[in-house]
Amino acid sequence: MIWNAFLIALREIRRNPVRAFLTVLGIIIGVAAVITMVTLGRATTQAVKSQITGLGSNLVSIRPGASFGPRRPDSGIPNFTAKDVEAITNQIGGLAGVAPVTRSSMGTIYRQNARTTSVVGTTADYFTINNWNLTTGRFFTDEDARAGRAVAVIGQTVVTKLFEGDDPIGKKIRIGTSTCEVIGILTSKGQAGMSDQDDTIVMPLTTLQRRLVGRTSTANISEISISIEENADSDLIIEEITALMRSRRNLQDNEDDDFHVFNAQQLAETLSSSTQMMTTLLAAVAGVSLLVGGIGIMNIMLVSVTERTREIGVRLAIGARAREVLLQFLVEAITLSSVGGMVGIGLALLLCVVLSGAIGVAFVFDAQINLIAFLFSTAVGVIFGFAPARRAARLDPIDALRHE
Amino acid sequence: MNDSNPLISLKGITKTYGKGDAAFQALCGVDLTINRGEFVAIMGPSGSGKSTLLNLLGCLDQPTGGSYRYGSVHVENLSTDQRSLLRRHAFGFIFQGFNLLARTSAADNVAMPLIYHGVSMKERRQLAKKALETVGLATKLKSVPSELSGGQQQRVAIARALVTSAGTLFADEPTGNLDSHTTVDIMNMLTRLNEQDGITILLVTHEPEVAQYAQRVVVVKDGLIESDTWNRKPNLASA
Repeated sequence: MIWNAFLIALREIRRNPVRAFLTVLGIIIGVAAVITMVTLGRATTQAVKSQITGLGSNLVSIRPGASFGPRRPDSGIPNFTAKDVEAITNQIGGLAGVAPVTRSSMGTIYRQNARTTSVVGTTADYFTINNWNLTTGRFFTDEDARAGRAVAVIGQTVVTKLFEGDDPIGKKIRIGTSTCEVIGILTSKGQAGMSDQDDTIVMPLTTLQRRLVGRTSTANISEISISIEENADSDLIIEEITALMRSRRNLQDNEDDDFHVFNAQQLAETLSSSTQMMTTLLAAVAGVSLLVGGIGIMNIMLVSVTERTREIGVRLAIGARAREVLLQFLVEAITLSSVGGMVGIGLALLLCVVLSGAIGVAFVFDAQINLIAFLFSTAVGVIFGFAPARRAARLDPIDALRHE
Repeated sequence: MNDSNPLISLKGITKTYGKGDAAFQALCGVDLTINRGEFVAIMGPSGSGKSTLLNLLGCLDQPTGGSYRYGSVHVENLSTDQRSLLRRHAFGFIFQGFNLLARTSAADNVAMPLIYHGVSMKERRQLAKKALETVGLATKLKSVPSELSGGQQQRVAIARALVTSAGTLFADEPTGNLDSHTTVDIMNMLTRLNEQDGITILLVTHEPEVAQYAQRVVVVKDGLIESDTWNRKPNLASA
């Protein structure tokens, strides 16, 4: 009986394909919108996550100033000292590496090319902590740092912009007022937000201080880069670091932190939870259109019941029971909405491929959301098909046969 | 069949539409006995209650009072679903307006009642083809109603009524939309079905020429049977 009702439904759809299409258009758009929103939302979340983990796994960095972001130069908040770095290294457990970082923007010259680049002074640990790899050459070593050798490792943007095709290894470049030898080239990390991570020159902190900055102030470290061991409790360690730094910076209990601890993991979670919330919101809006699509189906089914009143009369006269008429119209509504759901899934696939290419995220087919959207479209058919089907089933055979 | 065991037996059947002052009594106590194999024409002016009587006989409607026995079944006690099942297994209907499904082939129209009998698609096709052959439309299996003449459409409707091997055929003004020539065709066909296949036919008409084809003519007026006469005695009853 259900199979027959399904065949009758398919025949009805074939009888008037244009009307069937317009009827389920709402469902098609609703299903396609929900799937597209969720798929793209998840892809974006994934992209954000992997970009942040690319900064360095278990990366924690401490910067002066109350919040993360560009620091106001005149804020009067002191930088960190070499002693702070030492204290963290010695007193906090569960750390894989600690590296002091000083960043400054400097003019660089190679032959006739001159440009300004971000120069990082640090120790050898910096590379592992921040997930930097080499394409050629070598990193500088602790030995280089101790000796204060004029060596530098450069990023891809510096290679292309400054060297314009020359092999930079072993070449000397002028940085600020001094000359350095290029010993290694970093693999590209790409953009991070607005800044180009590859436009960088990394050299030993000692070299930077002695040869380029020339200052001997003790408070000259603008950032401490830390990586936490794989299985350590990062929340606890961050608490310990915060407490240590508060005491080292002589902050009273009623004073706020004058430094900021940035945790890559935490940022990844915060950002992905906010994109997830956005995804949910968009999916909910799209879900409303699915509901509106259901009302469209109800509308057309009601019209269809009126149009086919005589047919219903004939079916009742030849012995169809009310529940069989109900089933027929219900199956018809469900068939319509399910076909709409399937077309919607096809459309969503197309949209996802095109849009994920356009916004530059990887498209991953999500079977779960496709299934949910399909089942939802079927449920819409059941819910909104029921009222018209019941109206058909309740018709009186004599009245139905007399209907003009 | 003998008179002591009739196919249809009505006793004091009444039917009232509406309530209170607006109440209208369409039938005011009808007694009628019909035996298996009879061909009965129900006549009467419009508003006489003849269509109401046919609807009650066809179990499309419930009487307000009185008793209706079909064979051994007390129809007045049946639920809506039980009446549906009685119609499904024992009755066939043809209507003035044919009431075929539009944009549906003659074969599919004829096969439609069999869906409710749970007959397989293959068997449905065979039975529909056979029924259409019986009414002389073997070449029109695939034609949709809009491609058929009025007479052909009514023959498809007859095939639809016959396909379930129903023993009783109810016809409500079956020739009302047909010209006189086609009317003769259809009435000859009904007569043949009655005489050769022993199908009981109850037919409502207001045309005396049509009523002539029946063995027995029941005239209804103002909700009562005015006359009940025989054109000719039935073959089967005398056999």
